Amino acid sequence: MMAFVAEMRGVTKTYGETTAIDSVTFRVSEGEIVGLLGANGSGKTTLLKTLALIEKPTKGEVHFRGVEVTQKNAQQMRLYTTMVFQKTTLFSQSVYDNIAYGLRIRKIPRGEIDRRVKTALKLAMLEGFERRQARKLSGGEQQRVALARALALETKLILLDEPTANLDPRNVSVVENVVETVNRDFGQTIVMATHNMFQARKLPKRIVLMDNGRIMQAGSPAEVFGQLSRTLAGFSALENILTGEAGVSDGGVTVVDVGGNVHVEMTQAAKGRVSVFISPEDIILSVARFASSARNVFEGRVVEIQDQGRLVKLKVYAGKPFVVQITKRSFIEMCLILGSNVYLTFKASSVQIV
Amino acid sequence: MTSIIDGIWKALQLIFSGDPLIFEITVRSLLISGMAISLALLWGIPIALFLATRNFRGKLIVKGFFAAMIGVPTVGLGLVLFLIFSKGGPLGFLHLLYTPTLIVLGEAVLITPIVVSLGSRAIEDVDPEVMNLARTLGANEAKASIALLKEASNGIAIAGIASFNRAVAELGIAQLVGGNIPDKTEVLTTGIALETARGNLELSIAWTIILLLVVFGITLATLAVNSIRRRR
Repeated sequence: MMAFVAEMRGVTKTYGETTAIDSVTFRVSEGEIVGLLGANGSGKTTLLKTLALIEKPTKGEVHFRGVEVTQKNAQQMRLYTTMVFQKTTLFSQSVYDNIAYGLRIRKIPRGEIDRRVKTALKLAMLEGFERRQARKLSGGEQQRVALARALALETKLILLDEPTANLDPRNVSVVENVVETVNRDFGQTIVMATHNMFQARKLPKRIVLMDNGRIMQAGSPAEVFGQLSRTLAGFSALENILTGEAGVSDGGVTVVDVGGNVHVEMTQAAKGRVSVFISPEDIILSVARFASSARNVFEGRVVEIQDQGRLVKLKVYAGKPFVVQITKRSFIEMCLILGSNVYLTFKASSVQIV
Repeated sequence: MTSIIDGIWKALQLIFSGDPLIFEITVRSLLISGMAISLALLWGIPIALFLATRNFRGKLIVKGFFAAMIGVPTVGLGLVLFLIFSKGGPLGFLHLLYTPTLIVLGEAVLITPIVVSLGSRAIEDVDPEVMNLARTLGANEAKASIALLKEASNGIAIAGIASFNRAVAELGIAQLVGGNIPDKTEVLTTGIALETARGNLELSIAWTIILLLVVFGITLATLAVNSIRRRR
């Protein structure tokens, strides 16, 4: 029988009346990148925390390399894995000490700690940051320190909880490169939660789709995304996924009528019922309509504001809800508040069929 | 007014005269309060950690009790200890009355609520994910708790200063269970009370100045260390 790096068998985790994950059976094979895709509150974080052995299942079993995790061996088993949280958590120490923490706990010799810290810093493109106070770095750099700290442990399994959720595009690309590199070159197994469709499509070799604490679908990105359109209605909470009828307009572009009087234009040819995705970073937010070559311009109002440090995530209702990500500076300069009238602009080429 | 200035002048002369009595009482005060704060930290920090990290029924009442006990009158606590440790009291057989040991114990009890209340507040202010972070990096429960305490160390240091200052400046316990015995249990505060009653103002002013210098010195030193650590 093949031993999996990690395995959850019928795991349920409840917090009082709330069931965070429900009878989840999930296996992770050596050397793969698994993407956990689902909306906020779908149970991704609880699944990762259960695998990291920092949450005890209410029901079910967790196995590492074929051995069941028990109260007795949990501390030892925890050494096989590590986790990077969505909200960057760092010790108020230097970058070096942060990365060396887990290595010192494992009683690794000092020379080896030096070597591993240096390698991890190089991977995370943080060379020369050793002596810097970790908490005084920028948000993106801090998340890269957290990633470097996990990499230095050289555990068989790395769990990443939306590691790029609050990062700017440059840091997102650094983190994605690191994930690809450690998987390809060092064979580290990675389970990564995300609600970014592009990331889910690009990085993982296997996608696990979660909703309401349950695994709804699992398979290769091609399999899952190929079937996704049919089940997308149930995943409406995923950001910027719109489902509607596609048809070809007079001008030759494809127009998708997604309801709410919203017609989305895209360059990809399609016909019939489709689901499309627009990355929040691709949408330009403005307080006035401006002339541009972009095919999609919608007027709406701000209905939700989420402060994410250097970035601000806004939900704009323009007949359909759109999530837009802008910098804190732009947010302040535009004097946006709940109810502000705004325009959303994006190119037809930014619209992707999922 | 002249007599106060005169008293301060004579007190300063006394301090700088190198009088061994002044030195002895100052050192005894520092030792007794130092041991009291050590004891209070030893049992108070685990309580603070428990209160800050665990949820249980009645937690608010326990926290409220410790918060209320911060203001307990020292004379009242001194009297309770006196009754417990006096000859006819339940712990009288220990013969601790009028010993520095009982002053240490009494002051430790007095300042425990400060350590617990301010300490648990400092721990609660730390990102609650720190313990989980330490666990995911391989720490066991004890090491994860230490990691959390390290993150709260600035706040715990403030709790330590407040507790030490309360211990070194209290009179009721030292007076009632220490008895102000020269060469044995006389400390700065009991000395000040006694010499003032005797009309020996120079000496009581001298000891008051020393007491204030001790309180200011230790507070400033701790704050300076905290500030340097934060800047690093």
